[in-house]
Amino acid sequence: MPDSKTAFSFEGVHLELGGRPILQDINFAVKRGEFACVIGASGCGKTTLLRLLAGLVKPTSGSVRLGDQTVTAPSREVAVVFQDYSRALLPWRTATGNVSLALEAIGVPPAERADRIAPLLAKVGLTDHAEKYPSQLSGGMQQRLQIARSLAQDPSVLLMDEPFGALDAMTRQSLQDEVLRIASERHATVLFVTHDLEEALYLGDRVIALYSNPGRVARMVDIPLPRPRDQLATREHPEFLRLRRELFTVMEEIHA
Amino acid sequence: MRRWRGIIVPLVVLLVAEITFRATVTMSDSLAPPSRAVGALLGALADGTLLANTARTLAGMLGGLAIGGIAGLAAGIAIGFSETLRRASFLTIELLRPIPSVALLPLSLLIFGFGYSMEIAVVAFATFWPALILTQNAVAQIEPRLIEVARLMGLSRLETAWKIVLPAAAPRLMTALRLAAGLALVVAVTAEIVSNPQGLGHDLMIAQETLRPERMFGVLLWVGLFGWGKNAALLRLERWMFSHRGEVDTSVAA
Repeated sequence: MPDSKTAFSFEGVHLELGGRPILQDINFAVKRGEFACVIGASGCGKTTLLRLLAGLVKPTSGSVRLGDQTVTAPSREVAVVFQDYSRALLPWRTATGNVSLALEAIGVPPAERADRIAPLLAKVGLTDHAEKYPSQLSGGMQQRLQIARSLAQDPSVLLMDEPFGALDAMTRQSLQDEVLRIASERHATVLFVTHDLEEALYLGDRVIALYSNPGRVARMVDIPLPRPRDQLATREHPEFLRLRRELFTVMEEIHA
Repeated sequence: MRRWRGIIVPLVVLLVAEITFRATVTMSDSLAPPSRAVGALLGALADGTLLANTARTLAGMLGGLAIGGIAGLAAGIAIGFSETLRRASFLTIELLRPIPSVALLPLSLLIFGFGYSMEIAVVAFATFWPALILTQNAVAQIEPRLIEVARLMGLSRLETAWKIVLPAAAPRLMTALRLAAGLALVVAVTAEIVSNPQGLGHDLMIAQETLRPERMFGVLLWVGLFGWGKNAALLRLERWMFSHRGEVDTSVAA
């Protein structure tokens, strides 16, 4: 099933933590450049799925593969954007300093860092806030900063764990569009975890819905909506509404 | 005006003491009115003896604090990160820690004799424990997400310690320093009163033995001002270092 076009894959993955099954029989592959969204109830193991791929957790059986390698530890090919941006950023470093951390980790010489940080901050609209500390930035800006930092290590796969869950509706929409733009510019493969069905439909090429206790794949649906997506046109597209109706029933089943 | 309001109570207390003393006592070998204490303090400052003694106490205090603090910091980080070390050292720490540091004065005098060494040794012993415990605590309270970020980025252990752990723990470490510095002053002065013939503690003993209560009260006032100044300076340093983080814990005064 996996071939050279496969960015990553879960092959017969089971995971138990403390004797309790968390994930069961997870099998799917995501193509390079694909935007895959995982939805499910809280506690269904969707974050754990992401942590497996990040190399923070090892499967009890089965394997998680990144390209043709089995994931055993964190890799610089994979970057993670967490929901709790205020905890994931270094409060004692400025926006520039936070992005710099990722460059320091991959051994970019000090002289070259500034030239790489500026375009990243520009990409997420933080040029004017480069010397501010995280506590001086709004929630949306802090999340933009975390995204810029994750891009600094130039990953081939971007993992996003409910990144907009703590943001207000307007900020959330503009960040959704920014992430879509960045992903298409970089041809990045994205695994995006959310509990928001509409967000998953709006962003994804594919939506993977999980059952809870233990987490299993309930449904996998391709989202053939035209790109670039548009907050109004996409959300009013008949196919969007049809998929929303279809997956809504699945979601009800999941939460039942 | 508001920031000076705190001075009203001490001023009233001094005034009442002054009036009471003048109204009731004519001669005393044990008490002195505030006015004479202040006079003695100014005199001791002018003739240089008090400043010389302050410098000696400060040297004993800082020497001990440097040794005890750095050793406690290093041990605290090591124990904070290693479950094995924590288990191995737990009993030793719990047995040694309750020993009152001043109980070691006779031993320290026996080993080092009079002078800075014995005072520094006891201050180092006294400050080592809070430095150790509070560092361990600071390390334990580091946001786990930050350690995870370091792992994901592939930072080495040394890079993680230097770039993540130390800066993340820094605000709590500064609070620990402030507490340890307060303790260092107490122990240094105690050492000088009990056995080491130098510094502010010894100054107090001489005042007692020569029946000069005004000098005694003057020096006590000075020690109070000294401790307050030290704490205020450390607090300022802390605010300046961590103002942008909004993390300074000023609830713990030393």
